[in-house]
Amino acid sequence: MFHIYCPYCEEHREEEEFHAKGQAHIARPPAPDDCSDREWGEFLYFRDNPRGLHHELWVHAAGCRKFFNITRDTQTYEIRETYKIGDQPAVSTNPDQ
Amino acid sequence: MQKYSGFGLLKHALSHHENWQRVWRNPTPRTHYDVIIIGGGGHGLATAYYLAKEHGITNVAVIEKGYLGGGNTARNTTIVRSNYLWDEAAHLYEHALKLWEGLSQDLNYNVMFSQRGVLNLGHTLQDMRDIQRRVNANRLNGIDGEVLDAKQVQEIVPIMDCSANRRYPVMGASWQPRGGVARHDAVAWGFARAADRLGVDLIQQCEVVDIQVEDGAATAVVTKQHGTIKAGRIGCVVAGNSSVLAQMAGFRLPLESHPLQALVSEPIKPVLDTVVMSNHVHGYISQADKGDLVIGAGIDGYNGYGQRGSYPTIEHTVQAIVELFPIFSRVRMNRQWGGIVDTCPDACPIISDTPVENLFFNCGWGTGGFKATPGSGHVFAATLAKGEAHELAKPFSMYRFYDGALIDEHGAAGVAH
Ligand SMILES: Cc1cc2nc3c(=O)[nH]c(=O)nc-3n(C[C@H](O)[C@H](O)[C@H](O)COP(=O)(O)OP(=O)(O)OC[C@H]3O[C@@H](n4cnc5c(N)ncnc54)[C@H](O)[C@@H]3O)c2cc1C
Ligand SMILES: [Zn+2]
Repeated sequence: MFHIYCPYCEEHREEEEFHAKGQAHIARPPAPDDCSDREWGEFLYFRDNPRGLHHELWVHAAGCRKFFNITRDTQTYEIRETYKIGDQPAVSTNPDQ
Repeated sequence: MQKYSGFGLLKHALSHHENWQRVWRNPTPRTHYDVIIIGGGGHGLATAYYLAKEHGITNVAVIEKGYLGGGNTARNTTIVRSNYLWDEAAHLYEHALKLWEGLSQDLNYNVMFSQRGVLNLGHTLQDMRDIQRRVNANRLNGIDGEVLDAKQVQEIVPIMDCSANRRYPVMGASWQPRGGVARHDAVAWGFARAADRLGVDLIQQCEVVDIQVEDGAATAVVTKQHGTIKAGRIGCVVAGNSSVLAQMAGFRLPLESHPLQALVSEPIKPVLDTVVMSNHVHGYISQADKGDLVIGAGIDGYNGYGQRGSYPTIEHTVQAIVELFPIFSRVRMNRQWGGIVDTCPDACPIISDTPVENLFFNCGWGTGGFKATPGSGHVFAATLAKGEAHELAKPFSMYRFYDGALIDEHGAAGVAH
């Protein structure tokens, strides 16, 4: 069971109050009509899905209902940080950094 | 290889069963294979078997990081059926079901395939309309199916609470009599033994850590335990780890890996002789020959490679089961575990060439690939042998996520199974 710190509520709450929404920081192409099929398909469907550190989008569905980000290890399940939408992660998923 | 038979059993009894042959060899890998299959689950082993049997390609290795069948193959709830909505998926799963029907004979190994029928329950008017549509589509595709009302369902499963005043009343079901269950690890062992007999090397405890790509073509796998092994073609069949392997070769897949869990009860006397699944309240249950109730849960919403499931998910599932079967409220659960399933956006698999030449992927089966094991191996073997997709596999190219030709099976695959 995760205990997740919501950066808006500024409290730890139980996993069941939250929903995971997949990979974070996926920018919508500014001009969808100009995208190739490949670019649009990559945006819609293709994901990093790493075994290890992952920046992901969550929503505090049964709480403040705000979206925020988590950096989490998908193998150990350790939550390294949570941060607000629009902020950048402090923990890098790139092991070289 | 020793052929298994009733007579053989008798003969071995005379020597106190001490002279049985090893079921497969434990070879040291060669330096080069025509085809390397990464992943020794049911799908990988079936692929190797059909490569040897149907295409005469026997210089083949299956490379498995753990033990054969130790992935999702031996972690699943073993439901087999083919009542999918769309033609492409229906044909693929029905191809598999036909192979299941002769599999024990073909492999000379009892996979305990038991066609005890599968019920998919409907609890709302919309459920029933969807069921009607799906059963009609199935019948047009030559797949057996019937729409049952609540009374008929009650006759098949007397212990289920089908009363009209439940929170989610059972209004009816689809019924596929040819569906059922099979013994999962026997499927892995049966394919392994039959592939080994045809000359396939099964290399266990050997983890692929890199895929070598030269001029856009895959040439070898790098393993932790046995160094570099060259290959003419590589077939990657690693379920929840597919994205990890794709990353080694330098591309991404439209997949997310999620934990999916199951649990079994203590053994009890026979009470349930069919398979019951419900999309709406989300649960599925059958009873193993040993007597355990086999119950499957949903996936955890987050990505995970932890091979364990979350507590709220299992609680939700058990609630649904007890609502349907109040008689099970006092049954004690014995074991619980998780597998990592590779979910695809349209709930259909990927059987495909990739941006890297000579490298093929068979993945994305997500929560429901056990039922496809023989069919998946059969079409993937043809794909690897010829270097181009088998007719039934063509619609399942990874490039459908670029051109938009998705095969949306979220209805037929709505419950994780
Ligand atoms: C709890 C649960 C219930 C399910 N219930 C059903 C059901 O009722 N009906 C149904 O049809 N399906 C069901 N499924 C889905 C089904 O189990 C899978 O779709 C199917 O078994 C996948 O088979 P596979 O051979 O592709 O994968 P696996 O059996 O997972 O095999 C992949 C193998 O690849 C190996 N591997 C991974 N990485 C590497 C590497 N780097 N090097 C070497 N080897 C590697 C793994 O160790 C593993 O053995 C369920 C799954 C789960 C988890
Ligand atoms: Zn909050």
